[in-house]
Amino acid sequence: MNRETRRILRRLLSNTSAILGFVLLIFFVVVAIFAPLFAPPPPNKDPYIMPIVTWSSNPLPPSPEHPFGVAGKRDIFYGVVWGTRTAFRVGIIVTLISTALGLLVGAVAGYFGKLWDEVLMRITDIFMAIPFLVAAMVLTTILGAGLDKVMIAMTAFSWMYPARLIRGNILQIKEEQFVLAAKALGVSDFSIILRHVLPNTIFPVLIQASMRMGSLVITAAALSFLGVGAPQGYADWGALLNYARNWMLGGQGEALKYWYMTVFPGAAMVLFVLAWNLVGDTLRDAFDPRLRL
Amino acid sequence: MKENTPLLQVQDLKVYFYTEEKEELRAVDGVSFYLKEGETIALVGESGCGKSVTSLAILRLIDSDGKIQGGKIILRGRDLLSLSEKEMREIRGRDISMIFQEPSSALNPVYTVGDQIMEAIILHQKLPRPQARKAAEEALRLVGIPEARKRLDEYPHELSGGMKQRAMIAMALSCHPKVLIADEPTTSLDVTIQAQILELIAELQHRLNMGVILITHDLGVVAGMAERVVIMYAGKVVEEGSRWDIFHHSFHPYTWGLLHSIPRLDIKQEKLAIIPGAVPDPLNFPSGCRFRNRCPLADELCLTEPQWREIESQHYVYCHHYSQVEVLKTRGFER
Amino acid sequence: MNDTPLLQVQNLKQYFPIRAGVLRKIVDWVKAVDGVSFEVSPGETLGVVGESGCGKSTLGMSIMRLYEPTEGKVFFQGQEISSLQSSQLKNIRRDIQMIFQDPFTSLDPRMHVGPIIEEGMKVHHLASLPEIRRRALDLLEKVGLGAEYFSRYPHEFSGGQRQRIGIARALALSPRLIVADEPVSSLDVSVRSQILNLLKDLKKEYQLTYIFISHDLAVVRQVCNRVMVMYLGKVVEIAEGEVFFSTPYHPYSVALISAVPVPDPDYEVKRIILSGDVPSPINPPEGCRFHTRCPVAQEICQQVEPVLEQKEKNHWVACHFPGSLSYKGQ
Repeated sequence: MNRETRRILRRLLSNTSAILGFVLLIFFVVVAIFAPLFAPPPPNKDPYIMPIVTWSSNPLPPSPEHPFGVAGKRDIFYGVVWGTRTAFRVGIIVTLISTALGLLVGAVAGYFGKLWDEVLMRITDIFMAIPFLVAAMVLTTILGAGLDKVMIAMTAFSWMYPARLIRGNILQIKEEQFVLAAKALGVSDFSIILRHVLPNTIFPVLIQASMRMGSLVITAAALSFLGVGAPQGYADWGALLNYARNWMLGGQGEALKYWYMTVFPGAAMVLFVLAWNLVGDTLRDAFDPRLRL
Repeated sequence: MKENTPLLQVQDLKVYFYTEEKEELRAVDGVSFYLKEGETIALVGESGCGKSVTSLAILRLIDSDGKIQGGKIILRGRDLLSLSEKEMREIRGRDISMIFQEPSSALNPVYTVGDQIMEAIILHQKLPRPQARKAAEEALRLVGIPEARKRLDEYPHELSGGMKQRAMIAMALSCHPKVLIADEPTTSLDVTIQAQILELIAELQHRLNMGVILITHDLGVVAGMAERVVIMYAGKVVEEGSRWDIFHHSFHPYTWGLLHSIPRLDIKQEKLAIIPGAVPDPLNFPSGCRFRNRCPLADELCLTEPQWREIESQHYVYCHHYSQVEVLKTRGFER
Repeated sequence: MNDTPLLQVQNLKQYFPIRAGVLRKIVDWVKAVDGVSFEVSPGETLGVVGESGCGKSTLGMSIMRLYEPTEGKVFFQGQEISSLQSSQLKNIRRDIQMIFQDPFTSLDPRMHVGPIIEEGMKVHHLASLPEIRRRALDLLEKVGLGAEYFSRYPHEFSGGQRQRIGIARALALSPRLIVADEPVSSLDVSVRSQILNLLKDLKKEYQLTYIFISHDLAVVRQVCNRVMVMYLGKVVEIAEGEVFFSTPYHPYSVALISAVPVPDPDYEVKRIILSGDVPSPINPPEGCRFHTRCPVAQEICQQVEPVLEQKEKNHWVACHFPGSLSYKGQ
C-alpha cells in the first residue's frame, strides 16, 4: 500500500462520523440482503407487496407479533424491512442512470466546448429551472403511477447536477498540460476523455452521487406520500407514511397515540439519508486534493 | 559603534512542522545569522531549504501546522519570540515589513490600492484618513508609480505585474520599517521588470537606510544586490560570508556546485557542472551532514554533524571537508 | 548540417478571440503571434526568447498544431502541416514532440510512469506490447531513472525526475524535432543543469533538433546555436548564438541581455533599464511595437513598422536603427 492509500484509510478510520456512516450503510445493506429472513414473505406472493395482516383499517400499536405495529392493515416491520430494498433499488438505479447521462452530457459539453457546450448547457439550465416535484407529478400523471414511472421522472430531473459538475471539472482539467501532452502524442479525443480526463474528474461526481442517493430516496418517498409513487400496498417507506396521513394528529386526546406509524418508517428514512450523507462527506474529505500533503 | 550591534539577530532558530501523521518535519533546524542596519543580506537556497519559513518565523507568521521550537529572534535587543501576539502585531509592518513573490495574490482584489496602503498607515501611525491618504500617495510616488493619486483609487487587477509589485513595496514601506524582508520579490516577473524592481529596492534601501533580507534562489540577483550571503540547504545554514567570499572562494561543496551548475549569461560554458540527485524530502533529511548523499567529498566522517567554523574573518562554513573543495576544480562534481 | 530546413514557418499568425456580452460576440482579438517567419535546420537548437506575453509559448503550440493557426503556413520536411486534417495530423505527431514547462501538471496524476511513456507508442502501434514495454524501460534508463520506477505515480517524484519522465515520453516516438517549452524554468537551480546536460546528450545521441523556448537568456546561451527574440507577437531579431550575445542589434535584445543578473559580483555591465511594461497584445502600439519602451526611438518608429531584414549573414533584425544601443562600454 502506498502512502496515499494509507493516509486515506487512516483518515476514514479516525473519523467517528465516517465510521457511523459506514456502519449505518452496512446495516441497511444487511437488512436489504436478508430481508426474507427478517420478514419472511408469504409463500407464492410477490414479496414486495406487504401482506394484509388484519381486516380492521385502524392502526394497531406495536405488539410481540407486529413489533412496529400495523398500519393500513399491513405490518409496519415488514414494510420497513422490504422498503429497504425498494430504497436501494430506487436510489441506485436512478443515481446510476442519471450520473451516466450527466457524465455523457457534461463530458461532451466540457471537452468539445463551443456549440456543444452552449446547446447542452442551455438544455441543462432549462431542466434545472423546472420545479422538480411539480414536473415529477405531471410526468407521473402522464406516464401513470408506479415505481418505474417515478424512477423515470426522477432520472429525467436529476442528471443535470452531475452534468454541471463534470463539465466544470473538465473545463479545468482540459487546461492541464498532460491533456495537451496526450494530444501532442497523437492520442484521439475519445481516448483522451476516457483515459485522462474522466479518471481525474470522476471522484467529485461519485461523491456527489452518494450524497444524492439519500435525497433521491426522500424524493421518492415524497412522491409515494403524495400518492403518485408506489402502488397500493407496495413495500416502500413513503407508502407506509402515506397510511399515517389520517392518523398523524393522534386522536382521543392523545397527540402521539399513533406515533409508531410515522416514527419507524420515518426513522428508517432519516437514517438512510444520514448514512449516505456521512459516507459522501467522508469520501469528499478523503479525496480532497487540498487536504493532501 | 553602531556597526557592532546588529539590527536583527536570528540565533539557533528551529521551526518544525507536523504532518497529519504526526511526523516531524524540521524545515528550519538551527539557523543563525544577523543583519546590520542599512545592509542587504541574501538568504539563498532551493525549494525546501527553509529560507521562506525562516522569513515567516521572523514575523512570527508560521501557520498552525508549524511551531517555532527554539532559538531567538532579537530585534534591537528585544526577543521577538517572547512578545505577546499584540506586541508582535505592532512590530509587523512598522519595524519589519515583508514583500512577497506573488504580487497578484498578496494584494486583496476587493480593495483599492490606496485603501490597502492606508490600512497599515492608519494602524501604525494612528493618522486620520486624509493624512493617511496623503502618506499613501507619497508611498506610491516613492516607488515610482506614475499618476500616484489616480492609482490610489484603482483596484489591483487594473495594475500590471510590475506595478503590483511596486504597490506592494509601497505598502511595505509606508511605515518606514527598519527591516524589509523580500521573499523572491522578482521571481514571477520578467527580466526587464525584474531589473526595474531590483533597482528600486536598492535605491530605497539606501535612501531609507533599511536592513534588507533578500530571499532568493537566483545567484545572479544575489551577486548584484547583497553585501553578505547566507547559503541554506535542507534547513541548515551551510555557508555564510561576504559576496566576494561566496562567489570567489566558497568553501562548501554545495555552494561550489551551485555556482558552477548555473548557466551564465556572460560566458559560454562547455558543460555545466551537475549536482547529482535532488533536494531531499524534508521528512527524510539524511543524518549528519544533510548534503552528504549528493556530495562528491562525502565519506564516513559526514555521518556526523559538521561544525560551524569561521575559516576567514566573517566567513563561516558548515562542512567537514571544506579544505578539500579546491579538488572539485580539477575533479569536477561527478562522483 | 544540410541545407533544406527541417521546419519552415511562414507568416504564422495566432489570434485568440475576446468575447463579451450575452451573445458572446467577438469584440476583439489577442494577437499572440502576429506574422512570424523563420526556419529551423536539422540538428540545430533554436532558442526562442522573450518576456511573458511575447507569444513564444503560443508559437510552440501553433507549430505543434495544439492550437489551430489563424493564418500562415508551417512546413515540416517540405510537407505543409498547417493545413492537415486532424486525422492526418497523427503521423506528424511522431516527428514533432513537445516537452512541457510544468512537470507537475504535464503528467497525468492517475497514471503510472511506465504507461505514461508507453502511451504514444501504443497509440501509433509502433511495436508489439512486450517490445513497447522494453523500449519504455530503456527510455527510463536513458533519462537517468531506473527501471524500478516503472510502476510509480508521478507524485512520488521530484520536479527534476518528473521532467525526465516528460522527456522520456517525448523521446518514445523517436521524433526529429522537439519543441521544449521552458523545460527547466520550474526546476530547482541545482537540478536545472542536470536536465540541460541531459537534453544536450540526448540531442547528440538521437540527432535531435530543438526549438528551445525560454525566458532565461543565460540558459539559452548555453544550449542554443541560434537565437530568435520575440516581442509582442513579432520576431525582432534572429542571429547565431555567439553573435547575438556579443553584438545584439535590436535595442530590445540589448536591454534583455543587460537586464540578466550574472552570478559574479565583479561583473560590470551598462544596465539598460527599460521603463514601463509590455503593452497589451490586444492593441499593440502603432509603428514599431517596441517604440513605447525603446531608449533610442525616433519619430519614424512611431509610424512605420520596421520589417525583419538581413543585416549581415544570418543576422536578421527588425529595427530602424539597429545597433544604436549597446550594453558594453563604460
